[in-house]
Amino acid sequence: MKLTGISAAVVIFATAAIANPITPGKVQFDDYGAIAASLSGVEGDAANGAKIMTNRGKGNCVACHAVTALSDALFHGEVGPTLDGIADYRSAEELRGIVANAKMTFEGSVMPAFYKTSGFIRPGDGYTGKGAKEENLTPILTAQEIEDVVAFLLTLKGS
Amino acid sequence: MKYKAMTAFAALAISAPMLFAGGADDDTLSIDGEVMISKTAAPAHMAETGIDTIISGWHFREDDTQAMQTDTFDNPGMIAVDQAIDAWNTVEGTAEKSCASCHEGPESLAGVRAVYPKWNAEAGEMRTLAMQVNNCRTEQMGAEAYKYDGAQMTAMEALISVQSRGMPVNVAIDGPAAEYYEKGKEIYYTRYGQLELSCANCHEQNYGNYIRADHLSQGQINGFPTYRLKNAGLVQTHNRFRGCIRDTRAETFAVGSPEFIALEVYVASRGNGLSVEGPSVRQ
Repeated sequence: MKLTGISAAVVIFATAAIANPITPGKVQFDDYGAIAASLSGVEGDAANGAKIMTNRGKGNCVACHAVTALSDALFHGEVGPTLDGIADYRSAEELRGIVANAKMTFEGSVMPAFYKTSGFIRPGDGYTGKGAKEENLTPILTAQEIEDVVAFLLTLKGS
Repeated sequence: MKYKAMTAFAALAISAPMLFAGGADDDTLSIDGEVMISKTAAPAHMAETGIDTIISGWHFREDDTQAMQTDTFDNPGMIAVDQAIDAWNTVEGTAEKSCASCHEGPESLAGVRAVYPKWNAEAGEMRTLAMQVNNCRTEQMGAEAYKYDGAQMTAMEALISVQSRGMPVNVAIDGPAAEYYEKGKEIYYTRYGQLELSCANCHEQNYGNYIRADHLSQGQINGFPTYRLKNAGLVQTHNRFRGCIRDTRAETFAVGSPEFIALEVYVASRGNGLSVEGPSVRQ
Protein backbone atom coordinates (compact mmCIF):
# COMPACT_ATOMS: atom_id res chain seq x y z
CA MET A 1 0.00 0.00 0.00
CA LYS A 2 2.71 2.38 1.03
CA LEU A 3 4.84 1.34 -1.89
CA THR A 4 1.98 1.90 -4.36
CA GLY A 5 1.41 5.34 -2.91
CA ILE A 6 5.03 6.22 -3.28
CA SER A 7 5.21 4.88 -6.83
CA ALA A 8 2.15 6.85 -7.84
CA ALA A 9 3.63 9.95 -6.32
CA VAL A 10 6.87 9.39 -8.19
CA VAL A 11 5.04 8.90 -11.47
CA ILE A 12 3.01 12.06 -11.02
CA PHE A 13 6.08 14.00 -10.01
CA ALA A 14 8.14 12.62 -12.89
CA THR A 15 5.44 13.41 -15.44
CA ALA A 16 5.06 16.93 -14.11
CA ALA A 17 8.80 17.43 -14.14
CA ILE A 18 9.26 16.27 -17.73
CA ALA A 19 6.28 17.96 -19.26
CA ASN A 20 2.71 18.92 -18.72
CA PRO A 21 0.81 17.27 -21.55
CA ILE A 22 -2.50 18.68 -22.64
CA THR A 23 -5.07 15.92 -22.12
CA PRO A 24 -7.23 14.92 -25.12
CA GLY A 25 -10.30 16.65 -23.67
CA LYS A 26 -8.47 19.97 -23.27
CA VAL A 27 -7.01 20.27 -26.75
CA GLN A 28 -7.80 23.61 -28.41
CA PHE A 29 -8.46 23.43 -32.14
CA ASP A 30 -8.76 26.67 -34.10
CA ASP A 31 -11.51 27.28 -36.66
CA TYR A 32 -9.56 25.38 -39.31
CA GLY A 33 -8.71 22.39 -37.10
CA ALA A 34 -5.13 23.39 -36.29
CA ILE A 35 -3.57 23.16 -32.80
CA ALA A 36 -1.23 26.02 -31.94
CA ALA A 37 0.43 24.69 -28.81
CA SER A 38 2.61 21.62 -28.47
CA LEU A 39 0.63 18.83 -26.80
CA SER A 40 3.56 17.67 -24.68
CA GLY A 41 5.60 20.84 -24.30
CA VAL A 42 8.62 18.86 -25.40
CA GLU A 43 10.13 19.11 -28.86
CA GLY A 44 9.24 16.19 -31.14
CA ASP A 45 11.74 13.49 -32.05
CA ALA A 46 11.48 12.97 -35.81
CA ALA A 47 13.33 9.63 -35.75
CA ASN A 48 10.86 8.24 -33.24
CA GLY A 49 8.03 9.74 -35.28
CA ALA A 50 9.16 7.69 -38.27
CA LYS A 51 9.01 4.52 -36.15
CA ILE A 52 5.49 5.33 -34.92
CA MET A 53 4.33 5.92 -38.48
CA THR A 54 5.26 2.40 -39.56
CA ASN A 55 4.42 0.53 -36.36
CA ARG A 56 1.14 -1.37 -36.80
CA GLY A 57 0.33 -1.07 -33.11
CA LYS A 58 0.96 2.69 -33.02
CA GLY A 59 0.28 5.20 -35.78
CA ASN A 60 0.53 2.78 -38.71
CA CYS A 61 0.17 5.88 -40.90
CA VAL A 62 1.60 4.03 -43.91
CA ALA A 63 -1.44 1.71 -43.80
CA CYS A 64 -3.27 4.48 -45.65
CA HIS A 65 -0.57 6.95 -46.80
CA ALA A 66 2.41 6.24 -49.02
CA VAL A 67 5.63 7.89 -47.78
CA THR A 68 8.75 7.49 -49.91
CA ALA A 69 11.04 8.27 -46.97
CA LEU A 70 9.58 5.27 -45.10
CA SER A 71 9.92 2.79 -47.97
CA ASP A 72 11.89 0.39 -45.75
CA ALA A 73 8.53 -0.54 -44.24
CA LEU A 74 6.47 -2.84 -46.47
CA PHE A 75 3.04 -2.20 -47.96
CA HIS A 76 2.03 1.42 -48.03
CA GLY A 77 -1.66 2.04 -48.53
CA GLU A 78 -3.71 4.08 -50.97
CA VAL A 79 -6.64 5.22 -48.85
CA GLY A 80 -5.21 8.66 -48.05
CA PRO A 81 -2.97 10.97 -50.10
CA THR A 82 0.80 10.49 -50.15
CA LEU A 83 2.58 12.50 -47.47
CA ASP A 84 5.62 13.20 -49.65
CA GLY A 85 6.38 16.92 -49.58
CA ILE A 86 3.65 17.65 -47.03
CA ALA A 87 5.88 20.07 -45.08
CA ASP A 88 5.88 22.33 -48.14
CA TYR A 89 2.21 23.13 -47.70
CA ARG A 90 1.27 22.27 -44.09
CA SER A 91 2.49 23.97 -40.91
CA ALA A 92 3.33 22.25 -37.63
CA GLU A 93 0.07 23.58 -36.17
CA GLU A 94 -2.02 22.20 -39.03
CA LEU A 95 -0.25 18.83 -38.97
CA ARG A 96 -0.68 18.55 -35.19
CA GLY A 97 -4.41 19.19 -35.60
CA ILE A 98 -4.77 16.66 -38.42
CA VAL A 99 -2.90 13.90 -36.57
CA ALA A 100 -4.77 14.57 -33.31
CA ASN A 101 -8.22 14.66 -34.93
CA ALA A 102 -8.37 15.01 -38.70
CA LYS A 103 -12.14 15.47 -38.64
CA MET A 104 -11.62 18.97 -37.23
CA THR A 105 -9.82 19.88 -40.47
CA PHE A 106 -11.60 17.58 -42.94
CA GLU A 107 -15.18 16.99 -41.95
CA GLY A 108 -16.20 13.36 -42.37
CA SER A 109 -12.63 12.19 -43.02
CA VAL A 110 -12.08 8.42 -42.88
CA MET A 111 -8.91 9.08 -40.87
CA PRO A 112 -9.08 7.98 -37.21
CA ALA A 113 -8.41 10.54 -34.48
CA PHE A 114 -5.15 9.68 -32.71
CA TYR A 115 -5.61 11.97 -29.71
CA LYS A 116 -9.19 11.56 -28.62
CA THR A 117 -10.80 9.59 -25.78
CA SER A 118 -14.51 10.42 -25.86
CA GLY A 119 -17.52 10.59 -28.13
CA PHE A 120 -17.11 7.12 -29.68
CA ILE A 121 -19.88 4.67 -30.59
CA ARG A 122 -19.36 1.31 -28.85
CA PRO A 123 -15.67 1.85 -28.05
CA GLY A 124 -13.76 -1.36 -27.46
CA ASP A 125 -10.99 -2.52 -25.18
CA GLY A 126 -8.21 -2.35 -27.77
CA TYR A 127 -8.73 -4.99 -30.45
CA THR A 128 -10.39 -7.56 -28.19
CA GLY A 129 -13.92 -6.92 -29.44
CA LYS A 130 -15.01 -6.38 -25.84
CA GLY A 131 -16.49 -3.12 -24.64
CA ALA A 132 -14.56 -0.44 -22.77
CA LYS A 133 -15.77 2.34 -20.52
CA GLU A 134 -15.07 5.77 -21.90
CA GLU A 135 -13.18 6.82 -18.77
CA ASN A 136 -10.76 3.93 -19.31
CA LEU A 137 -9.87 4.84 -22.88
CA THR A 138 -6.42 6.10 -23.71
CA PRO A 139 -5.63 7.92 -26.94
CA ILE A 140 -4.09 5.80 -29.69
CA LEU A 141 -0.93 7.94 -29.48
CA THR A 142 0.41 9.86 -26.50
CA ALA A 143 0.95 13.63 -26.57
CA GLN A 144 4.67 13.11 -27.12
CA GLU A 145 4.09 10.55 -29.87
CA ILE A 146 1.88 13.06 -31.71
CA GLU A 147 4.69 15.63 -31.42
CA ASP A 148 7.20 13.05 -32.69
CA VAL A 149 5.03 12.28 -35.73
CA VAL A 150 4.59 15.99 -36.44
CA ALA A 151 8.37 16.47 -36.21
CA PHE A 152 8.87 13.70 -38.76
CA LEU A 153 6.20 15.06 -41.10
CA LEU A 154 7.96 18.43 -41.04
CA THR A 155 11.01 16.74 -42.57
CA LEU A 156 8.99 15.71 -45.66
CA LYS A 157 9.90 18.46 -48.05
CA GLY A 158 9.74 18.31 -51.82
CA SER A 159 12.91 17.51 -53.73
CA MET B 1 7.78 -23.34 -46.83
CA LYS B 2 9.15 -20.51 -44.75
CA TYR B 3 11.63 -19.63 -47.48
CA LYS B 4 8.90 -19.64 -50.08
CA ALA B 5 6.76 -17.31 -48.00
CA MET B 6 9.67 -14.95 -47.49
CA THR B 7 10.44 -14.86 -51.19
CA ALA B 8 6.84 -14.15 -52.03
CA PHE B 9 6.83 -11.39 -49.47
CA ALA B 10 9.92 -9.77 -50.97
CA ALA B 11 8.54 -10.05 -54.49
CA LEU B 12 5.32 -8.39 -53.41
CA ALA B 13 7.15 -5.55 -51.75
CA ILE B 14 9.13 -4.76 -54.86
CA SER B 15 6.20 -4.94 -57.24
CA ALA B 16 3.62 -3.40 -54.93
CA PRO B 17 3.61 0.26 -55.97
CA MET B 18 3.06 -0.34 -59.67
CA LEU B 19 1.22 -3.63 -59.91
CA PHE B 20 -1.40 -3.28 -57.23
CA ALA B 21 -3.14 0.02 -57.60
CA GLY B 22 -6.38 0.19 -59.48
CA GLY B 23 -9.16 -1.88 -58.01
CA ALA B 24 -10.70 -5.13 -59.15
CA ASP B 25 -9.09 -7.25 -61.86
CA ASP B 26 -10.66 -8.23 -65.19
CA ASP B 27 -10.36 -12.00 -64.87
CA THR B 28 -13.33 -14.31 -65.31
CA LEU B 29 -14.42 -16.54 -62.47
CA SER B 30 -15.59 -19.96 -63.46
CA ILE B 31 -15.92 -22.92 -61.12
CA ASP B 32 -15.50 -26.34 -62.69
CA GLY B 33 -16.11 -24.65 -66.04
CA GLU B 34 -19.31 -22.89 -65.01
CA VAL B 35 -19.02 -19.11 -65.39
CA MET B 36 -20.07 -17.14 -62.32
CA ILE B 37 -21.66 -13.70 -62.32
CA SER B 38 -18.85 -12.01 -60.42
CA LYS B 39 -19.47 -8.46 -61.71
CA THR B 40 -22.83 -7.05 -62.63
CA ALA B 41 -24.99 -3.93 -62.55
CA ALA B 42 -25.79 -2.84 -59.01
CA PRO B 43 -29.38 -3.42 -57.92
CA ALA B 44 -31.70 -0.39 -58.13
CA HIS B 45 -31.73 0.14 -54.35
CA MET B 46 -27.98 0.88 -54.46
CA ALA B 47 -28.41 3.97 -56.65
CA GLU B 48 -27.81 6.24 -53.65
CA THR B 49 -24.44 4.60 -52.91
CA GLY B 50 -22.81 5.76 -56.14
CA ILE B 51 -21.75 2.18 -56.88
CA ASP B 52 -22.95 1.15 -60.34
CA THR B 53 -21.19 -2.23 -60.56
CA ILE B 54 -21.18 -4.83 -57.82
CA ILE B 55 -18.06 -6.97 -57.69
CA SER B 56 -17.31 -10.27 -56.01
CA GLY B 57 -14.45 -10.21 -53.51
CA TRP B 58 -12.78 -12.81 -55.76
CA HIS B 59 -11.65 -10.01 -58.11
CA PHE B 60 -9.63 -8.37 -55.33
CA ARG B 61 -7.55 -11.43 -54.47
CA GLU B 62 -4.21 -12.58 -55.80
CA ASP B 63 -3.96 -15.03 -58.69
CA ASP B 64 -2.99 -18.08 -56.66
CA THR B 65 -5.83 -17.51 -54.18
CA GLN B 66 -8.25 -17.01 -57.07
CA ALA B 67 -7.10 -20.24 -58.72
CA MET B 68 -8.01 -22.30 -55.65
CA GLN B 69 -11.66 -21.43 -56.11
CA THR B 70 -11.93 -22.31 -59.79
CA ASP B 71 -11.72 -26.06 -59.27
CA THR B 72 -13.74 -27.95 -56.68
CA PHE B 73 -10.81 -30.27 -55.98
CA ASP B 74 -8.48 -27.37 -55.22
CA ASN B 75 -10.97 -25.62 -52.93
CA PRO B 76 -10.08 -26.41 -49.30
CA GLY B 77 -13.59 -25.37 -48.26
CA MET B 78 -15.02 -28.42 -50.02
CA ILE B 79 -13.71 -30.71 -47.27
CA ALA B 80 -16.34 -29.23 -44.99
CA VAL B 81 -18.97 -29.84 -47.67
CA ASP B 82 -18.08 -33.54 -47.63
CA GLN B 83 -18.36 -33.59 -43.85
CA ALA B 84 -21.74 -31.91 -44.04
CA ILE B 85 -22.99 -34.56 -46.48
CA ASP B 86 -22.33 -37.14 -43.76
CA ALA B 87 -24.17 -34.96 -41.25
CA TRP B 88 -27.02 -34.51 -43.74
CA ASN B 89 -27.61 -38.29 -43.79
CA THR B 90 -27.13 -38.86 -40.05
CA VAL B 91 -30.27 -39.53 -38.02
CA GLU B 92 -30.31 -37.37 -34.87
CA GLY B 93 -32.76 -36.25 -32.23
CA THR B 94 -35.98 -37.49 -30.68
CA ALA B 95 -37.83 -37.58 -34.02
CA GLU B 96 -35.18 -39.96 -35.35
CA LYS B 97 -34.79 -38.03 -38.54
CA SER B 98 -31.93 -36.77 -40.65
CA CYS B 99 -32.00 -33.84 -43.07
CA ALA B 100 -32.47 -36.46 -45.80
CA SER B 101 -35.64 -37.79 -44.15
CA CYS B 102 -37.53 -34.66 -45.23
CA HIS B 103 -35.37 -33.11 -47.97
CA GLU B 104 -33.97 -36.23 -49.70
CA GLY B 105 -30.69 -35.13 -51.35
CA PRO B 106 -29.08 -31.76 -50.59
CA GLU B 107 -29.68 -30.76 -54.23
CA SER B 108 -33.35 -30.31 -53.27
CA LEU B 109 -32.20 -27.09 -51.52
CA ALA B 110 -31.01 -25.50 -54.78
CA GLY B 111 -31.95 -21.83 -54.70
CA VAL B 112 -32.23 -21.61 -50.91
CA ARG B 113 -28.91 -19.88 -50.20
CA ALA B 114 -29.66 -17.24 -52.84
CA VAL B 115 -32.71 -15.86 -51.00
CA TYR B 116 -31.50 -15.91 -47.37
CA PRO B 117 -31.89 -14.15 -44.99
CA LYS B 118 -35.61 -14.61 -45.57
CA TRP B 119 -38.75 -13.60 -43.71
CA ASN B 120 -40.59 -16.53 -42.16
CA ALA B 121 -44.24 -15.52 -42.08
CA GLU B 122 -45.38 -18.39 -39.90
CA ALA B 123 -42.87 -17.62 -37.16
CA GLY B 124 -43.00 -13.88 -37.79
CA GLU B 125 -39.23 -13.58 -37.84
CA MET B 126 -36.35 -12.85 -40.16
CA ARG B 127 -34.28 -16.00 -40.55
CA THR B 128 -30.70 -16.35 -41.63
CA LEU B 129 -29.72 -19.67 -43.16
CA ALA B 130 -28.10 -20.67 -39.85
CA MET B 131 -31.33 -19.90 -37.99
CA GLN B 132 -33.31 -21.98 -40.48
CA VAL B 133 -30.93 -24.93 -40.11
CA ASN B 134 -31.25 -24.74 -36.34
CA ASN B 135 -35.00 -24.44 -36.56
CA CYS B 136 -35.09 -27.67 -38.57
CA ARG B 137 -32.85 -29.33 -36.01
CA THR B 138 -34.79 -28.32 -32.91
CA GLU B 139 -38.36 -28.33 -34.30
CA GLN B 140 -38.31 -31.08 -36.94
CA MET B 141 -35.60 -33.41 -35.69
CA GLY B 142 -35.80 -32.86 -31.96
CA ALA B 143 -32.02 -32.47 -32.06
CA GLU B 144 -29.78 -29.93 -30.39
CA ALA B 145 -29.11 -26.66 -32.17
CA TYR B 146 -25.69 -26.22 -33.68
CA LYS B 147 -23.52 -23.39 -32.30
CA TYR B 148 -24.38 -20.43 -34.51
CA ASP B 149 -20.93 -20.06 -36.05
CA GLY B 150 -19.50 -23.44 -35.10
CA ALA B 151 -17.78 -25.79 -37.53
CA GLN B 152 -20.85 -28.04 -37.99
CA MET B 153 -23.12 -25.11 -38.82
CA THR B 154 -20.58 -23.49 -41.14
CA ALA B 155 -20.07 -26.79 -42.96
CA MET B 156 -23.84 -27.25 -43.35
CA GLU B 157 -24.12 -23.72 -44.72
CA ALA B 158 -21.34 -24.54 -47.19
CA LEU B 159 -23.18 -27.68 -48.35
CA ILE B 160 -26.42 -25.74 -48.81
CA SER B 161 -24.60 -22.90 -50.59
CA VAL B 162 -23.01 -25.24 -53.11
CA GLN B 163 -26.50 -26.30 -54.24
CA SER B 164 -27.13 -22.68 -55.34
CA ARG B 165 -23.71 -22.09 -56.85
CA GLY B 166 -23.97 -19.80 -59.86
CA MET B 167 -27.50 -18.66 -59.05
CA PRO B 168 -27.88 -14.91 -58.53
CA VAL B 169 -28.37 -13.68 -54.98
CA ASN B 170 -31.92 -12.40 -54.64
CA VAL B 171 -32.62 -11.32 -51.08
CA ALA B 172 -35.97 -9.57 -50.57
CA ILE B 173 -35.90 -6.14 -48.95
CA ASP B 174 -39.55 -5.20 -49.28
CA GLY B 175 -42.57 -6.03 -47.13
CA PRO B 176 -41.61 -7.31 -43.69
CA ALA B 177 -37.92 -7.30 -44.69
CA ALA B 178 -37.90 -3.53 -45.13
CA GLU B 179 -37.36 -2.72 -41.46
CA TYR B 180 -34.40 -5.14 -41.29
CA TYR B 181 -32.95 -3.57 -44.42
CA GLU B 182 -33.22 -0.10 -42.88
CA LYS B 183 -31.72 -1.17 -39.58
CA GLY B 184 -28.89 -2.99 -41.36
CA LYS B 185 -28.24 0.06 -43.49
CA GLU B 186 -27.98 2.25 -40.41
CA ILE B 187 -25.40 -0.14 -38.93
CA TYR B 188 -23.50 -0.21 -42.25
CA TYR B 189 -23.00 3.54 -42.16
CA THR B 190 -22.30 3.89 -38.41
CA ARG B 191 -18.70 4.72 -37.54
CA TYR B 192 -17.93 2.33 -34.68
CA GLY B 193 -15.10 2.11 -32.21
CA GLN B 194 -12.11 4.19 -31.35
CA LEU B 195 -11.05 4.19 -35.00
CA GLU B 196 -14.51 5.49 -35.95
CA LEU B 197 -14.86 3.35 -39.05
CA SER B 198 -18.06 2.21 -40.72
CA CYS B 199 -18.45 -0.65 -43.18
CA ALA B 200 -18.89 2.03 -45.85
CA ASN B 201 -15.62 3.82 -45.05
CA CYS B 202 -13.67 0.83 -46.33
CA HIS B 203 -16.03 -1.17 -48.53
CA GLU B 204 -17.96 1.60 -50.28
CA GLN B 205 -15.58 4.58 -50.28
CA ASN B 206 -12.32 2.69 -50.64
CA TYR B 207 -12.83 -0.68 -52.33
CA GLY B 208 -9.99 -1.36 -54.71
CA ASN B 209 -7.54 0.54 -52.53
CA TYR B 210 -4.92 -1.07 -50.38
CA ILE B 211 -4.94 -0.55 -46.62
CA ARG B 212 -1.43 -1.69 -45.73
CA ALA B 213 -1.25 -5.17 -47.36
CA ASP B 214 -5.03 -5.67 -47.52
CA HIS B 215 -6.78 -5.07 -50.79
CA LEU B 216 -10.19 -3.69 -49.85
CA SER B 217 -13.15 -5.33 -51.56
CA GLN B 218 -16.78 -4.27 -51.67
CA GLY B 219 -17.41 -6.55 -48.70
CA GLN B 220 -19.84 -8.71 -50.66
CA ILE B 221 -21.02 -11.86 -48.88
CA ASN B 222 -22.14 -13.91 -51.90
CA GLY B 223 -19.11 -16.16 -51.35
CA PHE B 224 -19.87 -17.07 -47.73
CA PRO B 225 -19.11 -19.22 -45.94
CA THR B 226 -15.63 -18.47 -47.16
CA TYR B 227 -12.43 -20.44 -46.71
CA ARG B 228 -9.92 -17.95 -45.34
CA LEU B 229 -6.32 -18.98 -45.82
CA LYS B 230 -5.46 -16.76 -42.85
CA ASN B 231 -7.71 -18.84 -40.56
CA ALA B 232 -7.11 -22.13 -42.41
CA GLY B 233 -10.82 -22.76 -42.14
CA LEU B 234 -14.32 -21.79 -43.20
CA VAL B 235 -15.57 -18.49 -41.84
CA GLN B 236 -19.22 -17.67 -41.50
CA THR B 237 -20.79 -14.30 -42.35
CA HIS B 238 -21.48 -13.12 -38.78
CA ASN B 239 -18.05 -14.24 -37.72
CA ARG B 240 -16.55 -12.00 -40.38
CA PHE B 241 -18.78 -9.09 -39.39
CA ARG B 242 -17.57 -9.52 -35.82
CA GLY B 243 -13.93 -9.48 -36.92
CA CYS B 244 -14.39 -6.31 -38.96
CA ILE B 245 -16.07 -4.41 -36.13
CA ARG B 246 -13.46 -5.65 -33.64
CA ASP B 247 -10.76 -4.23 -35.91
CA THR B 248 -12.26 -0.75 -35.52
CA ARG B 249 -11.40 -1.02 -31.80
CA ALA B 250 -15.09 -1.38 -31.05
CA GLU B 251 -17.30 -3.57 -28.90
CA THR B 252 -18.66 -6.00 -31.46
CA PHE B 253 -22.13 -7.47 -31.74
CA ALA B 254 -22.64 -11.17 -31.11
CA VAL B 255 -23.07 -13.73 -33.89
CA GLY B 256 -26.77 -14.34 -34.41
CA SER B 257 -27.66 -11.01 -32.76
CA PRO B 258 -30.55 -8.89 -34.09
CA GLU B 259 -27.97 -6.33 -35.25
CA PHE B 260 -26.03 -8.85 -37.34
CA ILE B 261 -29.22 -10.41 -38.73
CA ALA B 262 -30.25 -6.94 -39.95
CA LEU B 263 -26.75 -6.20 -41.24
CA GLU B 264 -26.76 -9.51 -43.12
CA VAL B 265 -30.07 -8.64 -44.81
CA TYR B 266 -28.63 -5.29 -45.89
CA VAL B 267 -25.20 -6.51 -47.01
CA ALA B 268 -26.61 -9.57 -48.78
CA SER B 269 -29.02 -7.34 -50.70
CA ARG B 270 -26.11 -5.21 -51.91
CA GLY B 271 -25.01 -8.37 -53.71
CA ASN B 272 -28.35 -9.07 -55.39
CA GLY B 273 -27.38 -10.22 -58.87
CA LEU B 274 -23.99 -11.75 -58.04
CA SER B 275 -23.68 -15.53 -58.15
CA VAL B 276 -23.72 -17.57 -54.98
CA GLU B 277 -20.07 -18.71 -54.74
CA GLY B 278 -19.88 -20.39 -51.36
CA PRO B 279 -17.65 -21.78 -50.22
CA SER B 280 -15.32 -19.22 -51.75
CA VAL B 281 -11.59 -18.92 -51.08
CA ARG B 282 -10.06 -15.71 -49.80
CA GLN B 283 -6.73 -14.68 -48.31
